[in-house]
Order: sequence, then C-alpha cells, then structure tokens
Amino acid sequence: MTVKVLRPGALATLQDLGRRGLQHLAIVPGGAMDPVAHRVANALVGNRGDAATLEIAVSGPELLFERGALVALAGARFDAWIDGAAFPGARPALVRAGARLRIGRATAGAFAYLAVAGGFDVAPVLGSRSTYLPGHFGGLDGRLVAAGASLPLAAAADGLGRARFARAIRKRREVVLAGGAARSVSWFAPNLTVPTTEPAIGRAVEGAHAALFTDAARAAFYGERWRVAPDSNRMGYRLLGPKLELVTPTEIVSQATCLGTVQVPAGGQPIVLMVDHQTTGGYPKLAELIGADAPLIAQVPPGGAVRFVATKLDEADAARAALAQRAAELIERILWEFGDADA
Amino acid sequence: MGIAGGRLVGCYGGEISKDRRAALSPARHTHRGKIGPMSSRPRSGGKLAFAPRVLPLGDGAVMAELAGALDLDANAAAHRIAADVRRHAPEWVVDVVPAIVTVTVHFAAATAADAAARRNGATRLLMEAIERAGGAAPAAPERVVEIPVCYQAPHALDLAEVAAATGLPEDEVVRAHVGAAHRVLMIGFAPGHPYIGGLDARLEVPRRATPRPRMAPGAVAIANAQTSIYPFATPGGWNVIGRTPLVLFDPARDPPSLLAAGDGVAFVPISPEAFERIAAGRGR
Repeated sequence: MTVKVLRPGALATLQDLGRRGLQHLAIVPGGAMDPVAHRVANALVGNRGDAATLEIAVSGPELLFERGALVALAGARFDAWIDGAAFPGARPALVRAGARLRIGRATAGAFAYLAVAGGFDVAPVLGSRSTYLPGHFGGLDGRLVAAGASLPLAAAADGLGRARFARAIRKRREVVLAGGAARSVSWFAPNLTVPTTEPAIGRAVEGAHAALFTDAARAAFYGERWRVAPDSNRMGYRLLGPKLELVTPTEIVSQATCLGTVQVPAGGQPIVLMVDHQTTGGYPKLAELIGADAPLIAQVPPGGAVRFVATKLDEADAARAALAQRAAELIERILWEFGDADA
Repeated sequence: MGIAGGRLVGCYGGEISKDRRAALSPARHTHRGKIGPMSSRPRSGGKLAFAPRVLPLGDGAVMAELAGALDLDANAAAHRIAADVRRHAPEWVVDVVPAIVTVTVHFAAATAADAAARRNGATRLLMEAIERAGGAAPAAPERVVEIPVCYQAPHALDLAEVAAATGLPEDEVVRAHVGAAHRVLMIGFAPGHPYIGGLDARLEVPRRATPRPRMAPGAVAIANAQTSIYPFATPGGWNVIGRTPLVLFDPARDPPSLLAAGDGVAFVPISPEAFERIAAGRGR
C-alpha cells in the first residue's frame, strides 16, 4: 500500500524524531525540524510520536492515495486541496482511495508534517526512519521525495485509519469534504510552534566564544532584526543583517556544535545550526539558541524576520520543560478524541 | 610501489601485528613535537599541561575544553576522557563526543530541575574523568587500521602540486605519508569522516585556493598538518594525494564507521589494479 507522489514539491523528506548516540561518528540526531508539530500530526491520526511523517517545506507535493487512509497535516499552515476542495489542516481526515491531496504554498510558518495512521513504512537506518540528506541514508534511500516515488504505508493502514476515525466520530460530528473525497471533524489542534509575532523571538544563552566578539557585534546580535536567508536549509539558517566582528581574528580548533549554535564564519554573517548540522565546527560560537525556541525559529521561512533575546540557563530549562508540558497536554487531549485508541 | 596488491586483500581494515602497533604508538609521534603551526602548548610527557575548563554548550550539553590549540597530548586525553565518561554514564547521557581537544556530553531532561541537576552531573562526570586521565602517559592506540591507498593516477589528483610545493619528489611524498604514524584525532564534518594527525612535517601544505565541488568517495587528502579521507562525494578543499577503495561509512555495517577517534592508521600503498580489485570486491 502506498501513496503515489504526482509532484514532489520543493523539499519533502520522511522524518521521525531522529537518531541518538551517534554523534561521535559525526551523525547528528536530525529528525523533524519541528518535532512538536511532527508529534501533533502523529497524534491527530492516533500514532505514537515516533512514527515517520512526511516533512513538507516551502511548497508542498501533490499526492495520490491508492488506498484509503487517515491523514493529518500539522505545523506550518499550507494551502491544501483534496480533489480540488479546500483541505483543512490540524485535524484528522479520512481520505478515500483515489483521492488527490494537493499541498500548495506555506501561508504561515515553514515546515508542515503529513502523518498517516500506521506511519510511513520505510526501514529504519541506525535506529531511525529520518532522511539524513548529508549522509545519503534514511527515509527514501537518503533522498528528497521525487515525482513518481511511492511512499509505503503499513499493510493494514486503510483498516486502521477507518477504525480510528470511527472512534473519533463517536464523540464528535463528522464533516464531509469535497463531496466525500474525505471525511473530517470540526475541531482542530492549536498551533504551538509557528511564530505568531513578526519578528519571531528566539531566546539565546551565551556561546563559548562570546567574549571574542566586539561589544558592537554582541549588541547587534541581540538588538537587530535579522532576516532568514534564502539559502537556509535543514543544516542551518543563515541570517542577513549587520556584519558581526571578532576583536581579533582567532582560529578555533574544530569542536562540538549543537542544534541552535549560532556560529559566525569569517564573513561576519551568523548561522543558526539546525537539526542536520555538522557535529563539529571551527567557527566562533557567539550564542546558543535555547532548545525550547529551536522549533519556533525553525518555523521562520526564508525571508522571515528573527530577533534574539538574551536569557540564562535556568530560564532555558524552564522554557524547555514548559513547551514539553504544553505539547504533552495537547497530545493527551487529541488522543482522548480517539477514545481508547491503540496509540 | 613495493607492495603487491594481492597481499593486501583480506588484511585491510583489520588489526595488525604487535610489532607494527608498537612502531605506530603515539609515543613515537608525540616526540616529534607539535604537529601544526597552531600549537603553542608546552609538552610534559602525557600530563595535561593546561587548565581544562568545562562550560555549557547551549542548554542541552556541556563541553570540556582541554587545550586552546591543536595538541596531540590533549587529543589523546580527549579520547581517554570520552571513554571514561561512557563507562560511568547514567542513562540520561545521550551522546559523548570527543573532538580534537574537546569532549562534549549531551544530556536529556524532561523537567527544569532534572536539566539543572544533569548539567551539574555531566560537568562532574567530565571533571572526574579529566582528573583520572590527567596523569597517565598517552596510551598506544587500541587498534591500528590498515588503509590501502592508491597514490597513482587517476587517483592522485594533487600529488604533483604537493611535490612541487614541498620540493620533494612524488615518490618521496608518498614514502613520507606511508612512513608516518597516523592517528584519528576526530570523526567530524560528515558521517565517518576522519581527521587524522601525525602527518610528516615536510608535507605541511595549505588547503587549495579553490575547493573541488565534488571529491571522489575515498579520496585521501592532506592540509592543515592532517590527513582526511572523504567518505562521500562532498565538496572539499584539501590536496588529494590518493584514494582508498575501502568504504569509510556504511549505515548497514556495525559499526557503520570504518574508523573511530583514537584509532591508529597505517596507510599502505597499492596499485591501480589492486584498487580496482578491492573496489569491485566491495561492490563500489
């Protein structure tokens, strides 16, 4: 059972929550750019959080469902159509065999996640189904989703989807879309990670080499409105703004970097490292975006604006725990809609 | 080259004899002195000659910095410290990452109280490991991996340029590369991509002015007083002096990376025919 890719869109990959424990081999955790939205999409079809979803960026694919399936699109808001009629996001939808889902451009945020009941069924590589483009492995043979590709579903995905949807509408009224191409519900999951402010605010703690930068550079980093450059990707977001300078040019011996590291190459344009970042780097580290705000900044599309606010580790810890708590509560509420779902 | 290709098949990637291992031990190459122009640290027979510091790396990791510059003693200490931390790590330690002169511990935490406690706990793990590693003499590598390399056309793209830049004949460049005791300083940049120290000082050349957009997988290249082997067809700016038919990284293999930080490396010259034979045998 598969979903056929009619048009691939700009940058679609299969993702889950990534790989752990392999950074000493230069393999980063990777996984979904917005793991909160990924988990919510999975919950909306009754899946566990670690099932593989289709991550969609910038402009989405057109998909043909060869069998019926329970699907949900969460995260960034995209224009989408099922057999030509508007397809609402952030809720479960039971699409019938032969239906075409066309996902257009993002209207808010950068990354959306298409989940299917039972998950996309590709073989895990090194403990994860995530596509790792720099390493050419995971997902669909380590590659972007291409036209003509088949996205494999679990063997009983259609029956599983029907059963879960039947439970969801025991409690709630169903909504028929596009003359029956899909059946959905009237409730939806609220957004937790797509920024609602312009510029988006990212909190950051001091980086290991902050003291090597000029006062002007540090002030500019926290004071300016930065634009996400068009050549940003899953490895890192390049920021357009003033040039950030060191007091004296300094060589750094290659050392560990992590998700959220703000490194500044010789040209003076900062880069915020994203989930597929290199595990080590030799550029001075000015700041570290806090973990709680990494999904939020990941959701700023190319051309979008970002401002950084200095914070401390205790606030970073509290913010991470608070986001995890909000996500857990939302997912619990969603799973309640499925009754005693096998999730 | 003096070694017949056939002799190598079957021994590459394996461990080598005790004699060869002793000859390749870091005691030999650390005495050669600093391996790069960046090193300014005094040496003191394996004892850490610097004041290490442990600092947070973002809100999910802490990093021990053992030296401010490329330093072979500090690198050897980084591997011992990483191994020590792994031995003592509780389940919330998710990654232990030795780099050239740093060791980073990534931790997981669900609550703010856990995060603060684990940041302290990871710092303590590193400090205790540094304490234990500090006085020990640099140990010989636990294994030395033989890497067959064809240093001839069509694989040695920059050998002539390196020879011209160093003033050495091409065969002397190869002899100098083969004769040195190499050791993996770090796996970084891309999965399974080794940074290898111990390059003969006569072979110190800068990076190429213009990087190549696509290196051949297995390209053996030198720059920055180090050797690197490119696992994938990535862009690269180092000087290519040869190519290995071995697969550096295969996610289906266990472990997926041919090399690990701390490994000794012995480069063994092979003919183009032997390269083809090994490559065919490996399904490349």
